[in-house]
Amino acid sequence: MSRFTKLVLALGALRGLRNRRKRKQTPERIVEPGEPTPRAELGVVLLLLLCALFAIAFVVLYAVDGISSKTQFEGLTLGGALIFLSAAFIVTAKQVVVTEHKAEEYPGAHPAEQEQVAQIVEESGTPITRKKLLGGAAIAAGGALSAALVVPAAGLGPALSSHVLLETPWSRGRRVVREDNVPVKASDIERGTFYTGFAEGASHDLLGAPLVIVRLDPAALKLPPERVDWAPQGIIAYSKICTHAGCAINLYRKPTFPPVQDKPALVCPCHYSTFDPATGGTVLFGPAGRDLPQLPLMIDRKGNLRAAGNFSGPPGPSWWGVRLWKARFVRR
Amino acid sequence: MVGRASVEGEVREAVIRRSVHWLDERSGVAPFLRGTLRYLFPDHWSFLLGEVALYCFVVLVATGIYLTLFFEPSLAKTTYDGVYEPLRGVEMSHAYRSTVELSFDVKAGLLIRQTHHWAADVFVAAIVIHLARVFFTGAFRKPRELTYVVGVLMLFTVLLEGYLGYSLVDDLLSGMGLAIGNAVAVSTPLIGGNLALAIWGGQYPGSPEFESRMYVAHILIFPVVIGALLTLHLVLIVARHHTQFRSDPRATNRRMVGVPLWPGYAPRSLGLLTGTAGLLFLMGGLIQINPIWLWGPYHLADATNGAQPDWYLGWLIGALRLVPSFDLTIGNYTLVPNPFWGGALFPLIVLVVLISWPWLERRVTGDYREHNVLDRPRDAPGRTAFGAAFGTWVFLVFFVGAADRIYLFLDWSYAAQIWIYRFAIWIVPIVIFFVSRRVCRELQEEERVEDEREAAEAAASAAPSVAPAEDRVPAR
Repeated sequence: MSRFTKLVLALGALRGLRNRRKRKQTPERIVEPGEPTPRAELGVVLLLLLCALFAIAFVVLYAVDGISSKTQFEGLTLGGALIFLSAAFIVTAKQVVVTEHKAEEYPGAHPAEQEQVAQIVEESGTPITRKKLLGGAAIAAGGALSAALVVPAAGLGPALSSHVLLETPWSRGRRVVREDNVPVKASDIERGTFYTGFAEGASHDLLGAPLVIVRLDPAALKLPPERVDWAPQGIIAYSKICTHAGCAINLYRKPTFPPVQDKPALVCPCHYSTFDPATGGTVLFGPAGRDLPQLPLMIDRKGNLRAAGNFSGPPGPSWWGVRLWKARFVRR
Repeated sequence: MVGRASVEGEVREAVIRRSVHWLDERSGVAPFLRGTLRYLFPDHWSFLLGEVALYCFVVLVATGIYLTLFFEPSLAKTTYDGVYEPLRGVEMSHAYRSTVELSFDVKAGLLIRQTHHWAADVFVAAIVIHLARVFFTGAFRKPRELTYVVGVLMLFTVLLEGYLGYSLVDDLLSGMGLAIGNAVAVSTPLIGGNLALAIWGGQYPGSPEFESRMYVAHILIFPVVIGALLTLHLVLIVARHHTQFRSDPRATNRRMVGVPLWPGYAPRSLGLLTGTAGLLFLMGGLIQINPIWLWGPYHLADATNGAQPDWYLGWLIGALRLVPSFDLTIGNYTLVPNPFWGGALFPLIVLVVLISWPWLERRVTGDYREHNVLDRPRDAPGRTAFGAAFGTWVFLVFFVGAADRIYLFLDWSYAAQIWIYRFAIWIVPIVIFFVSRRVCRELQEEERVEDEREAAEAAASAAPSVAPAEDRVPAR
């Protein structure tokens, strides 16, 4: 013990003794006296030292570079330090300090104060003569002010015009390109798999941009009458965004043994909405409530795929009144 | 030497006393401290579930603050050139790039990120188990309805907060999750389209500001709301005190028996805090969670098969998958699109049923009294049966979310599973209701018989002349 600590102790002791002389008899105990448990105390000391050891190990690990499995060791040391500290606390609770089981009354309600609160509110109102008029004016002020405070929220987005939801980058003549912006040729599209296409020159991150394209046997197509020329050579394109929950459709069910197995289908991996590409994107299974919008295709003289118009309906997830609207071309 | 030990004791005592004097003279806090130190906590393990949740929140705030120092909430594009070879040269948002970097380049960054993620998962689990304990023991009854309602609101706020958290990263999975969230928002009757346009700032995937909106919601608005609800929850508990089981003979509806905060309870609770934190850091270090560098950056046209959300949103993906192809329409006029049923109506029903349960039960039982002593599940067969059935309903829907994994692992037809579930979620809960009610009643009956037998035996041994020992036959 250093000289300084001794001095502090001696000074403190003097004061302590003086205080002790003042209060002659020790007061009645509040906390029950417990049995001393020196062995448990030693256990706590050991656990605290282990905690310190692991904490130091964490600091060292943190500082030293080039250790493999570093995250694992960091977790072990930091977590371990905390677990040892936890064990020290639990041994303290169970062995070192006394566990008393005390009883006390549950707090009740306050009938007198309840009455007084009601009384104060009532009595405060007695000098007011035009209660209804005041109340009406207050409602008018509160309502108008609330509206004024809420109105700026309209600036959050194009909330008042849901036409934004209809926008697509497709119009007649727009070329279909791959992810690397190379135009897609009709001859690139083979049977038995699906391709992803985008609108040339438009951002790939527009909801209406991505297409899923497949080639089917032209004889197997059963498109609605107004769409008979939408799938040249049996190449058929749909919006890649599922009409159910907006995920990208990236599963293509292809029968290995066509006569006995389920027919080809486009499937969304989020909730397994299953669409029939042969019939214009009608729902075969799963939760989607609306057909997949189909994009009319044509093949230009160089053999590139081009849009022959816009989608058969708005792309993406459905909203109130969605079936009344048509997809709308916006140059972006 | 003995002298010095006692002197040290005297000094310690004097220091404590002087500190308390000093503090009380300047704050008047002594009466409050006097009450707090001897505040009673019930001595039963099930009361620790809520504390585990509280301590998860502490870990979440601590690790979350650390993460904000490195995360950049921006959708602006950049090209990755960090230490993770497979992503070099890939175009991605700053949000995703900074999360990859804080996982690989920031020292202990991955530990903190994974601990944060695990803490969120354990947080919700602790809340749900705590809710089950409160429900099945009738702890929500008068005078604790408010505490209960605040707790249920907190659960749903936490679900949204967790969803926002993993949506911030802009990896492929978070983008798919946001697409679904957008579709559910868009499907809201009447205002859905406008609502989603306002939240996202445009057609999905939205304007660049959407990322900062999510960020401020995740790191400020929601944590403050959760903190406020949490404070209210705790204040209300202290105001009416804890409930208790009838384990101590002194415990009654008017009198509570428990361990005082100091010195008995505080070290236990601190042990739970450090133990919870320690376990979460062990998990964060040893068990990989959400390896975002494997998913890659999100693009609208990309998706991955077999994607699963964090466990606590499993019931919603299950519900979205379960609902048959069905939009509510009048002719060609769409009223309610499909995602609303599973993604909004279903959780709304669960929320409303949970919140109104204290009043629903009172309507049925006509019990308007105060209850400080808890029921065991068997003591209220009706409530237990309803809770078991309701929980089964929700958890069956939860399991629907795993049907695609079952298909992959066991090769059971996905469509067949969905069709089975579409019936099972209605039939199984009804069966569970009657079975669990019967079990409760049998257990009660068994106890009644046991009590009668013991009473008879006691009476018999007290009066041996009436019933000779050799004639005594056990009641069963």
